[in-house]
Parts: sequence; C-alpha cells; structure tokens
Amino acid sequence: MNEFITLMKPELLLMAMIFILLISKLGVGFNQSNLMKLIQGMLLINFIAGFFMNGEGQLFDNMYHTSSLIVLEKNILNLGMVLISFLFTDWFKKCDHLAEVFVLMLTALLGMFYMISSGNLLMFYLGLEMATIPVAAAATFNLEKKVSSEAAMKMILSSAFSSGIMLFGISLIYGAMGTLDFSEIPALLNGDSLQVMAFIFLFTAFAFKMSVVPFHLWTADVYEGSPIGITAFLSVISKGAIAFVFVSTLYKVFQPFHEIWYNMIMVLSVMTMLVGNLFALRQQNIKRFLAFSSIAQVGFILIGVSSNSIQGATSVIYFVLVYIFSNLAAFGVAGLVSFFTGKENIDDYKNFYKTNPLLSWIFALALFSLSGIPPTAGFFGKLFLLTSGASNGNYAFLIIAALNMMISLFYYLKVVRAMFMDKNENPILPIQINFATKIALFVCGGGIVLAGFFGFVFDYIQALVK
Amino acid sequence: MNPGLTHILFISIALFFIGVFGFFTRRNLITMLMSIELILNSVNLNFIAFNKYVWPDKLTGLFFTIFVIVIAAAEAAVAIAIIINLYRNYQTIDVEKVEELKY
Repeated sequence: MNEFITLMKPELLLMAMIFILLISKLGVGFNQSNLMKLIQGMLLINFIAGFFMNGEGQLFDNMYHTSSLIVLEKNILNLGMVLISFLFTDWFKKCDHLAEVFVLMLTALLGMFYMISSGNLLMFYLGLEMATIPVAAAATFNLEKKVSSEAAMKMILSSAFSSGIMLFGISLIYGAMGTLDFSEIPALLNGDSLQVMAFIFLFTAFAFKMSVVPFHLWTADVYEGSPIGITAFLSVISKGAIAFVFVSTLYKVFQPFHEIWYNMIMVLSVMTMLVGNLFALRQQNIKRFLAFSSIAQVGFILIGVSSNSIQGATSVIYFVLVYIFSNLAAFGVAGLVSFFTGKENIDDYKNFYKTNPLLSWIFALALFSLSGIPPTAGFFGKLFLLTSGASNGNYAFLIIAALNMMISLFYYLKVVRAMFMDKNENPILPIQINFATKIALFVCGGGIVLAGFFGFVFDYIQALVK
Repeated sequence: MNPGLTHILFISIALFFIGVFGFFTRRNLITMLMSIELILNSVNLNFIAFNKYVWPDKLTGLFFTIFVIVIAAAEAAVAIAIIINLYRNYQTIDVEKVEELKY
C-alpha cells in the first residue's frame, strides 16, 4: 500500500485536485477569483510535492512503471501547468466554466502521466486517449465563437482518426508477437514485414499527435481557434509529453528497428522543418504564426530523436524544458494582448515597445530563444540537438537543419522588428498586468536566460537518462 | 469450408479501408464519425481473430477489445457534444461549410 502511494503520487495528487474542483462546483462559497486562487495554489503545491518522496518501481503487473527520469518529466509538465494557470489568469477568471476547463486540462495531464509511465501498449493507448479527448472538449470553451467550435471539431476528428490508425498498428503487433508488454516486445522483433507494417502504423499516430509534417494539417487551425490558454496547453504540454514518450518508445521498445526509423525520422524531420518555416513566413495571425513555428521546432526535436544515443534522449528532454519556458512566454504575451485588445495580427504589434516595454522585452527574449540566438537557452537546446544528431555522421541532414535555422531567424526577427522599430500611429495601449501573470512572465524570462547558463541542468538530465 | 484467420482478416481490413475511405469522402460530420467507428470495429475484429486463431491461450486481445469499445463510446460522446455546439454556431454540420480557419 505504501509503495503504491509513493509510486503513483503524481497521479494521485492530480486526481485529488480533480475531485476538489468537481466538488467546488457543488458548493456555493466560491466566486471566480477565489476559485482561481485555489487552483493556482493547488497546482503550486502539486509542483513542489513532485520533488519529494519519489520512488522507482513498477505496479499492476508492469502496466505502470516509474523511475527518476519519469518523475523529472512529470515535474517538467507540472511546471508548465503552473505557468499556464498563472499566465492566463485574466482569461480564466472571465471564463464562465473555470472549474470545468481546469478539470478537463488536469484530466488530460493525468492521461499524459499515465502515458509517460506506461509499460504496456494497452496502458499507453488509454493514456493517449485520456490526454487528447478532454483537450478537444476544452478547445470549444469559447462557446459562442465560431472558430472555437470549428477548432474542436477538427481536433476531435483528426485525433480519433489517428488513434484508429494507431489501434490498427497495435492489433497487428499483437497478431505478430502475442504480447503488448514493452519489456517483452524488443526480444521478439525480427524485422518480419508484418512487424514493420505495424510499427509504421504506430509511428504514424505518433507523428499525428506531434504534428510532424504530412500529418500537421490540424495543428494551425486548432491552435488559432482554441482559447489561448488551451492553445498554450496543447502546444507546450501535450507536445512535450508526446516527445518524451516518443523518445522512450523508440529507444527502448523499438531499438531493434533502429535503421528503419532512422530513415523515416530523417525524411520527416527535413519536411517538418521546411514546411513549418515556409508557412510561418506568410502568417499574419500571431497564434497561427506560433503554431507553424512550433511545427518547425518539432522538426528540430526529431533531429535529436534520430541520434539514438543517451545524448539524444537528454537533449530532447532539455529542449522540451527550454521550449516550455520560451513558448509559454510568447503565448503569455500574445494571450495578454489578445485578451485586452482583441488584436491578434502581427502588424498590430508595431511600436509595441513604446507602450509596453516589459512585455515587448519578454516577447523578444522568447522569440530569440525560439530562434536560437546565443545568450538564451534556446541556443543551447538547439546546439545539443544538432550535436547529438551529428553523431550519426549525416552532415547533409545537419546542413539542411542549419539553413532552416536561418529561415526561422528571419520570421522571428520580423516580429521583433515590428515591436521595436516600426512606426505606428496608434500602438496597443499600455496593458495592466496582473501580479500572478507578472510572476509567471518573470519565471519564463528567467528560465530562458538561466537554463542555458547553468550547465548542471543538462548534466542532471543526462545522469538520469543513463 | 470453415472460416479461418485469413477470412476474418480480409473482412477486418476491408472494413478498415471502408472506414478510411468514408472519412475522406463523406462531408457530413456524423457520417465521418460513423466511419471512425468502422475503423475501430475493424480493429476489434482483428484483436478477436488474432486471439482465437493465433494466441488461443492469451486474453490480452479480448481485454483490449473491451477497452477500445469503452473509449470509442467516450470519444463519440465528446465528438457529438462538439458537433451540437458547432451546429448552434454554424446552423450546419457539413464540413465544407465550416471554413472560418484556413491556410
């Protein structure tokens, strides 16, 4: 019993929070802003509690397993969740269904935790579904807006379709091997064509959820249409969780198929970077722009995945941590602007610096980090990804990646130029920033700068991956 | 002639591709949802066939089928709720006409 509590602590805490939120709907005592404070407090406690009393081991006949690395990944996701609840305080407070939105988001987070900890394809499938269905429901929470319901429709249909494809792959794996246990599969993989086909089906589903290029079409629409808090959740937390699972599945379970997935990842990565970057160039809407930039970032994550080494896994986890800080800072500023002024076009940001210096500095820092300019952590993240990718000696691939970084520099700096240099008669009026939001923005900004300077972050992750 | 594994696999794969085809060609949201159900049911058939003919001493396939049915029900519930809300906003459930977000 005791072991059960230590091993499943992150999940149990999340479940407790979900129950408290459900009960809070029954009572009368809470008004919007108290409920928001309660949620933020609980998330903060949850994040801090993640560092204590952790165990390693497995439960339920190897269905669920945990280790220090998995605990670290869960803590990273918890941190992202805390930051989201602080950054979008204003939007959440105005939302009529505050408790429901958080119940849905926390359920999705719970699903991601199960997915990260899964030791069996059944558990993995349940976690994946639990991580996507609630987010689709949450995406429609701007109930009277047309775009919001369209985004939710696109998300639920495409995710249901992709999970259907994945299930077909799982059924073929079962037919070929007779087991779904992650620890038994590697020994049974012998390169049989049925196994390869099953693997490709499974891989497709991963690519769908991570929005790798031929399967990216839902991403931009869903990101643009959803309320901005949910967009941030989708682009940061879900993508991070899938990246973690992708790495551990490929490296541990499908290690014997290394040659097959190396080629697949290489082609997909090049396509993802190119398409993401080229489409980001022509975007005018800031959410859509960030959506395509996050597609391009997935291409860079895939370079790290392709390396098939300890350093590769480390650099992916490190990059996700950095990406949480930088992307959340960018979405935080874009969310504040769109909440207070309703403006979402890049042209509206002209001369933003004159009226909102703090916000424009944070935004510029985030964009520098996303494009990988040296003093920020994003540079080190990309550096580690490319170095680990270089270990395979495929230099043409890396040259394409480096060229893509140049393209991305152009469109990120275009936004920075609009904020700092372009003239504008009526810029966005000064925005009154909430205290909680300000803290979260500073944490993001600090994380962007410091995560790069403190080398022990990378060393710590590397020690855990080993 | 007794039905063997190949017959059932043929049916399930046919069902899978009918589902995929329906998903791509139909423009009514409810029909698209039905196509997804066809895909999921083909997976269920697969699991049961493999369980009966290839791995008769195991139960994993049967359990997986039950879980798939449950999740499919949950997915359909959420999808239909979303479609109802979409209908309130657009007065239609034709995907071709739901096109605020593009490119």
